[in-house]
Amino acid sequence: MLFTSYEFLGFIIVLFLLYYLVPKGLQWMLLLAAGYVFYAAADPRYLLYILATTVTVYLVARVIERNQERQTLYLREHKSEMSREEKKSYKESRHKVRFRWLLLGLLFNLGILATVKYANFFISNVNGIMGAFGGTSRLSFVTLALPMGISFYTFQALGYLIDVYRGTVPAEKNFFKLALFVSFFPQLIQGPISRFDDLSKTLYEKHGFEWRTVSFGLQRMLWGYFKKMVIADRILTGLSCIIDAPEQYHGAYAFVGMLFYTIELYADFTGGIDITIGIAQVLGIRLQENFERPYFSKSLKEYWRRWHITMGTWFKDYIFYPISVCRPMQKFSRFSRAHMGKEIGKRLPVYLSSFVVWFATGFWHGASWNFVVWGLLNWLVLMVSEEFEPLYERFHKSFRFSNTRLYSIFQVGRTFLLISVLKMFDCYSDVATTFRMFGSMFTADNWNALWDGSLLDLGITAADYGILAVGTAVLLFVGLLQRSGSVREKAAARPYPVRAAMWFVLFLSVLIFGAYGIGYDASQFIYNRF
Amino acid sequence: MEELLEILKELHPEVDFEKEEHLIDDEILDSFDIVTLISEIQEVFDVTIDAKRIIPENFNSAKALYALIQEIEEED
Repeated sequence: MLFTSYEFLGFIIVLFLLYYLVPKGLQWMLLLAAGYVFYAAADPRYLLYILATTVTVYLVARVIERNQERQTLYLREHKSEMSREEKKSYKESRHKVRFRWLLLGLLFNLGILATVKYANFFISNVNGIMGAFGGTSRLSFVTLALPMGISFYTFQALGYLIDVYRGTVPAEKNFFKLALFVSFFPQLIQGPISRFDDLSKTLYEKHGFEWRTVSFGLQRMLWGYFKKMVIADRILTGLSCIIDAPEQYHGAYAFVGMLFYTIELYADFTGGIDITIGIAQVLGIRLQENFERPYFSKSLKEYWRRWHITMGTWFKDYIFYPISVCRPMQKFSRFSRAHMGKEIGKRLPVYLSSFVVWFATGFWHGASWNFVVWGLLNWLVLMVSEEFEPLYERFHKSFRFSNTRLYSIFQVGRTFLLISVLKMFDCYSDVATTFRMFGSMFTADNWNALWDGSLLDLGITAADYGILAVGTAVLLFVGLLQRSGSVREKAAARPYPVRAAMWFVLFLSVLIFGAYGIGYDASQFIYNRF
Repeated sequence: MEELLEILKELHPEVDFEKEEHLIDDEILDSFDIVTLISEIQEVFDVTIDAKRIIPENFNSAKALYALIQEIEEED
C-alpha cells in the first residue's frame, strides 16, 4: 500500500475518522491494528519478521530490567554486610549477565536483518572469490522476502533495547504497547527512527480532536505529496532514462542525471517524511524531525547534521560513542599518543571509530559495494576537512571576503555539488560505472545536449521541465522562508482567505501536476529499499 | 576543575567554558570533540566514562562535566 495510492488514501481517511470516534483509551490499540493491517497488506509473511523482533526485544528488555531491579534490591538488603570491593564485584557480575542478554537480543535481530538483506551479497562475494582462485563451484542464491522497512524498525527496536540496558528508559511492561512502538505504521516505510523516550510521550496518550493540530498535520501531508508527486515522481522518468543506459547517456547527461538524482532524492525522502510526520500529527503524535534544510549546508559535516538526522544520531549514540570509549579503543588512544605524538595520536582513534561508523552507514543503506564506497568516501572527505580545519581558520581570518554572503552562497553551492557527486554511487548502484560516469563529465564533448533540445528525449517534456523548474523554485523559496521558523505558523497568522487560497493552490497543484495517470507508475519511496 | 578547564581550553581556545552552559545544544562541541575530551579526561582523572553517560546534560557545561567526573569517582 503505497503512500501515493488510492488504497492508502482510503485507509488513512477511515483511520482518522475511527481514531477520533472510538473511546480515547482505545486509540493506541487502533493504531496497532492499523499498523499490522498496513504491514500485512504489503505481504502477510512480513508480520512474522516484525513479530519475531517485537517478541525478542520485549522479552530481553524485561529480563534486563528485572536483573537490574534484583541487583538494586540485593544491594539494599545487604548494604551493611558487603565491603566496597564485594559490592563492585557483585555489580560487575550482574552487569555481565545483562550484557549477555543484550548481546543475544542484538545478535538475533541483526541476524535476521543480515540474513534477509545481506545473504545474497555475501554469497555473490564468496562466489567471486572462488571464481578468482579458479574454482568452478558456485553457491546458489537464496530467495527470501525482504520485509518492508526492516532496517528502520530493527534499528528502532534495538535502540530501545540498548536504552533499557543503559537504564535510560524503563522496559515497557505492556507487550502490545511495545508492539505499537515497533510497528507504528507511518514510519514503517522509511523512518524517522524514533527513540522510545521521545515517541512514547505522545504515542499512548489519549488524543482529543484539535483542529489546529489536525489541520497542521494535513498541511504537512499535502506539502509532502507535492514534493513526492509533483517533483520526485516527475523527475524519475528522465533520471531512469539516463542511469539505465550509461553508455549512451554520459558526459553532460551524467551531470544532468546527477542533479536530477540530488533533487529527486530530496523531494522523495523529505516528502515521504513530511507525509509521515503529517499523518502522526493528525493523530496527535509527535515524531522527531529528520531534516533541517540539508541542502543549505556549508560543509559536508554540517550536511550530515541536517540530513536523515535520526539515522545519524542513532549511529552516533549506539555505534560511534560505544566504539570510541570502549576499552580497546582507549588502549589504542594511549598507544597512539605515546608513539605518534599528542596531536595525531589524539585524533587517530576518533578517525578509526568514525571509519567503522561510515562503513556501517554505507552497509546499512544497501547490500552492495557501491554503498560501502559511498560511505567511505563520505568518511574520507570528512576526515580530510577535519585535518585541514586549522588551515581553513587561517584562511577565514586572513581574507575578509570569506565572511560575506557571497562566500556563504559559494560554500552552499560547493557542498551541494559535493553531495551530488557522492550520491552518484547510490544512483548508479555500481562503483565502476559511477567512476566512469563521473570521469565522463570531464572528457565527453556532448555539452551542447544541454541546450540543443536533446534533454527533451529523456521522457520529460518541455511542460514537465517547466513544472519541475517552478516546483524546485518553490522548494527553494520555502527553504529560505523556513530559516525564520515554521511556514505553517506563518501561514496561520495570515487572514483566512489568504491561507485558504494558499493551501487550495497547493492542493490543486498536487491534483493537476502530480505525476500519475497514463504513462506514470506510482513509485515506491527510495528509502523504502534501505 | 582547573585541570578540566585546561583540557577544554586546549580543545576550543575561543570558548569561555566557565560561562558557557549550552556546549552541546549550541553545537559548540561536536561528537569528535566529545570523544577527544573523554580520552583526555580518562587520562588525567583516571575515570572511565561509559557511552551511556554521553548525553547532552552531562556535557553542556564544564560544571556538569565536572559533576559527572566526581560522580564516577565516587562510584569507583
